[in-house]
Amino acid sequence: MDMLDLKELGVRGVNSVLHDLSKSRAKSYKINNPMGQHSIACGLDAPMQIKIEGHVGFYCGGMNQHAEIKVNGHAGVGLAENMMSGRIQVSGNASESAGATAHGGLLVIDGDAASRCGISMKGVDIVVGGSVGHMSAFMAQSGCLVICGDAGDALGDSIYEAIIFVRGKVASLGTDCIEKEMRPEHQAKLKELLEASSLQADSTEFRRYGSARTLYNFDVDNADAY
Amino acid sequence: MKQNIPRTQPRKSATFDDYTLSEIRRAAVSGIYDIRGGGSKRVLPGLDDLLFLGASMSRYPLEGYREACGTDVVLGTRFAKNPIQLKIPITIAGMSFGSLSAQAKEALGRGATIAGTSTTTGDGGMTPEERGQSEILIYQYLPSRYGMNPDDLRKADAIEVVVGQGAKPGGGGMLLGQKISDRVAEMRNLPKGIDQRSACRHPDWTGPDDLEIKINELREITDWEKPIYIKIGGARPYYDTALSVKAGADVIVIDGMQGGTAATQEVFIEHVGQPTLACIRPAVKALQDMGMHRKVQLIVSGGIRNGADVAKALALGADAVSIGTAAMVALGDNDPELEKEYQKLGTTAGAYDDWHEGQDPAGISTQDPELSKRLDPVMAGRRLANYLKVMSLEAQTVTRACGKSHVLNLEPEDLVALTVESAAMAQVPLAGTDWIPGKNHD
Repeated sequence: MDMLDLKELGVRGVNSVLHDLSKSRAKSYKINNPMGQHSIACGLDAPMQIKIEGHVGFYCGGMNQHAEIKVNGHAGVGLAENMMSGRIQVSGNASESAGATAHGGLLVIDGDAASRCGISMKGVDIVVGGSVGHMSAFMAQSGCLVICGDAGDALGDSIYEAIIFVRGKVASLGTDCIEKEMRPEHQAKLKELLEASSLQADSTEFRRYGSARTLYNFDVDNADAY
Repeated sequence: MKQNIPRTQPRKSATFDDYTLSEIRRAAVSGIYDIRGGGSKRVLPGLDDLLFLGASMSRYPLEGYREACGTDVVLGTRFAKNPIQLKIPITIAGMSFGSLSAQAKEALGRGATIAGTSTTTGDGGMTPEERGQSEILIYQYLPSRYGMNPDDLRKADAIEVVVGQGAKPGGGGMLLGQKISDRVAEMRNLPKGIDQRSACRHPDWTGPDDLEIKINELREITDWEKPIYIKIGGARPYYDTALSVKAGADVIVIDGMQGGTAATQEVFIEHVGQPTLACIRPAVKALQDMGMHRKVQLIVSGGIRNGADVAKALALGADAVSIGTAAMVALGDNDPELEKEYQKLGTTAGAYDDWHEGQDPAGISTQDPELSKRLDPVMAGRRLANYLKVMSLEAQTVTRACGKSHVLNLEPEDLVALTVESAAMAQVPLAGTDWIPGKNHD
């Protein structure tokens, strides 16, 4: 595992190394002294293992493809935004908009996630060990958001085809989001995600939420909901 | 005895004119606001209210057809490793695959490439057709992030972060279900046939401080190669421009209320935002006050129609202009040859604006495979290239007449205004006077 000292190299220097797709580059890196800097390890485009020792700022792992990133600390806004594939895991908490618009891969937040976790998610799977803030899964299109703790207000507002699993309390559901029957296929998917995330939780304790699909086509009789 | 009293001429109300009456009746029956495409249709102070002075005793004109008059512009010189080099100062504005057919997107790319300029993606991502046919392609980064992926980001020549647009500053959008074909649905990760909302706010940043961090992320992902544009609607042009500079823009696109949209409420289009003319000088002043004029390039859009408009926008301080509606017309939109079909849709050529309904007989604002096939991308692209050429020649003609050897040498001193309003907005003298309203008060 190669060591990259961000204090010495700066964000540009670290990302330049990680973007180098030449055959001679290392397959795993450890990044020291992240110092809460923004855009660390964003735009990765190859299978590699990245371990970040400390807190990261905005957009860590943004648009990740193929890489596996582990953050030993907390993460700022937009963690794993628009991730396409691969896996990102933080040991601490994540700020707003974690996994925003992400298309694929697995995002694991061991601690809590702030508001708008999974906003406009487009296929990513997100597992949160703790609780999530308000407006999480807002306009979520597809993929699964697993919340092992509680969910804040307006969960799943204007949700499309994404699936939300919540073990704890839901402060309130957003527009067009309803509780749905937990069928065997949903149990199976949930178990798979919990196992993949290495978070300890009993899948039978979760409830499922999704779209009522009443707002899928504009109808003036639904004007009060808009 | 019955008196023969003359009757007064029947008089319609200026307040309740025919359009207003028809809109009240439509609203009363439907219970829903009117949605349409295009930009503001009302009479607004505009670039037609300005005139070039031309050369005279104190200015030497350049010889038409003989003395060179440059039209090339370079965009994105502030931070990007690879700035955009254009042969003409006219770009093609962002229009989405989804709102437009694949053939129309291809035609825009073909036409822009022949003319030596750029075209722009839109909500919904980048199609192989437009990337393949566009030598210079600007990739829009929109709140919905439909179709957004790092591979396409790296394929782009520049990135345009869309904060707003002139037709609807502060508004999102809705692509109605009838235009959501299998392909559009797949690109946007949503089921076929459902309405697709385009958010009005970005999901992972709020305000200029966050945007600065977001732009740095985009630069990191693309290794600082590509210019980053910020597109803003014509709301508060001075401060929005200043904040865009602060956020790290290489290029700022400011879009006035004549700028088109694929589908927005009529009330939004006609009553929110400022005319293009009113946006240019405040934006330029913001750049000048920050010492960034010509360092951060300014693109003006919203109702640009001809070479005179191009030259006037540049004279007021823009570095380039962008066209959307005019480009669609060049492709074949609203062509009188399709009048019978427009009438079947309850409209007439020149007025057709139900672009959101997907029934465009010209095959442009539709996803219907049969209608789309009507547009030949090669021929339509050629028409667009011809039109861009004419606009450039017109701009050169005016520029030479002002004694300038490059269109970017035009300046406000070359202009006068025909109305008090346009003089105030453009900050050039009212014709026949030295009075600039709001500037020289004595």
